[in-house]
Amino acid sequence: MSVALMPVVERLMPEFEALKKRLPPNFESTMVMPCLHRVQAERGYVADEDIVALVGYLGVPRMQIEQVLSYYTMFRRKPIGRWHLQACRNVTCSMRGSERLVDALAGKLGIKPGETTADGRFTLSEVECLGSCGTAPVVMVNEAYHENLSIEKLDELLGRLS
Amino acid sequence: MPGTPLLMTFPVTATSHLLAEYLARGGYGALEKALTTMQPVDVTKEVTAAGILGHGGAAFPVGRKWAVIKPNDGQPHYLCANADEGEPGTFKDRWVLENNPHQLIESMLLSGYALGVRNAFVYMRGEFDMPYRRLQAAIEEAYAAGYLGKPLHGTGFVMDLVIIQGAGSYVCGEASGLLTSIEGKKGYPRNRPPRLTVKGLYLRPTVVNNVETLSNVAVIVRMGAEAFRKVGTARSPGTQLVSISGHIAKPGVYEVEHGYPLKKFLFEDCGGMIGGRKLKGLIPGGISAKVLTGEDCENLTYEHGVFDKAGSALGSGGMIAIAEGTCMVRLLQVMLRFWHHESCGQCTPCREGMGWMHRIIDRIVSGQGRMEDLDQLIAISNANDGTTICGMGDAAGYATVGFIAKFRDEFEFFIQNKRSKCGGVLDVAESFGAAGVAHA
Repeated sequence: MSVALMPVVERLMPEFEALKKRLPPNFESTMVMPCLHRVQAERGYVADEDIVALVGYLGVPRMQIEQVLSYYTMFRRKPIGRWHLQACRNVTCSMRGSERLVDALAGKLGIKPGETTADGRFTLSEVECLGSCGTAPVVMVNEAYHENLSIEKLDELLGRLS
Repeated sequence: MPGTPLLMTFPVTATSHLLAEYLARGGYGALEKALTTMQPVDVTKEVTAAGILGHGGAAFPVGRKWAVIKPNDGQPHYLCANADEGEPGTFKDRWVLENNPHQLIESMLLSGYALGVRNAFVYMRGEFDMPYRRLQAAIEEAYAAGYLGKPLHGTGFVMDLVIIQGAGSYVCGEASGLLTSIEGKKGYPRNRPPRLTVKGLYLRPTVVNNVETLSNVAVIVRMGAEAFRKVGTARSPGTQLVSISGHIAKPGVYEVEHGYPLKKFLFEDCGGMIGGRKLKGLIPGGISAKVLTGEDCENLTYEHGVFDKAGSALGSGGMIAIAEGTCMVRLLQVMLRFWHHESCGQCTPCREGMGWMHRIIDRIVSGQGRMEDLDQLIAISNANDGTTICGMGDAAGYATVGFIAKFRDEFEFFIQNKRSKCGGVLDVAESFGAAGVAHA
């Protein structure tokens, strides 16, 4: 089977094995979070087959992986839009205009926070402090921070995202 | 520069985070010094003598935390750097992770040597992408150069270092929640005792220190405790990386020597408030630290005892400056929404209490408030105090009580008149624009 067609967890196995070498023996449970992050980065979300594969690989109970997936807000069980816009709404960002920014974003995209555009391009979320208050307001686009945003800069940014 | 710096001692460039430049600045020299001339216990003695207090928020003496570890008791010991920077207003560790990752690695090697650690971890919040890339690249450089994963200087001391990324849980910044998360579970904090230095990661003795705290270890070993103590004050040796944001003209990360005058820092180093507005309030160390009014800030110096006496704390160094014209009721609403969102749900007083408080403040802001709501908020805060496993419920309560105590007239005005005394404004720069006054 070519690498591209392999199941996600199997394809990532060399990376997981490299991580294991830097951990003490019997730390398989510690690999749950790093493995889920990599799977999600690869697939966009964590699918049932990934959970089954990780249960087999790490030897941890399925319930533990399900609990982790439901507890941590960054893990997803379903696909989202190609561009995930996560706008900070915490103290400093709201003191620097994030409320207007989110309203503008929602207006332009025609969706409410928590929704995805019909064409599957954008998902809009409101999130809590991203640790970037010195450059507020901040919107995360997929994994990258976009800082010191204004409505003009936001327009330019949206124009660049296809 | 607000006093003598210990960490921000070099110009940040596009390459200053790389190993070659760190070595050129004398990097890994403290490690060589320790491994060739000091026993592990000497490193602990030096760190204890330096009198450094934790920089993550609780200001616990590092020496006292380390003293619990018995490096030769035959069990594994673990070291974790807390890089789960999520206290609103705080973004100082990000400066270290992005700009001087090797100093953290060298400091963790020194700490690991002192504490008998074979495996160390950095627990970093999942949203931090650039800091993760920078630190991961630095770790790979350190492995390639033989600092990690190989015996060092013929001592037999070997340490591995791995980053574990969080996934959006504020509570995992609490040390025991952090360890539970490294164990691959929901990040529920744990009851003490036992202390984490007795039973931490997988029930083995574990030291969890903040990124900035650990980064000071290389500085202490390099300059010696005596020279280190010459910076700062007797009660608060050294410096604090202060991340300042809000309605301040020059937000960012500044290294402030303990004992530096607060007003001078705010109005000279940080350029004062945007648009020349008056300082209405200051959250000095993350939103869990009690708010101070502008008047409270007069004559304060930046050090632990002084801020405690003023009724607040240095906390995490995450300062938020609030300008005149800001609606404090809506600001507290943003804070309570955050705590309600982040309560992990393990302890009933926090899980239910945060929801109640959030709904009450929403009711006030929607114009449906009753005067007894203020006492209700205070009563819930007081009832939460000390009844939860971690400090989140307590902190949310202290902050709420602080806001109501300092700005009660605004809360009463909102309830009586069904509208904000300050027009509901959070972003004062925008209100300048609306009033035709130039933006700062």
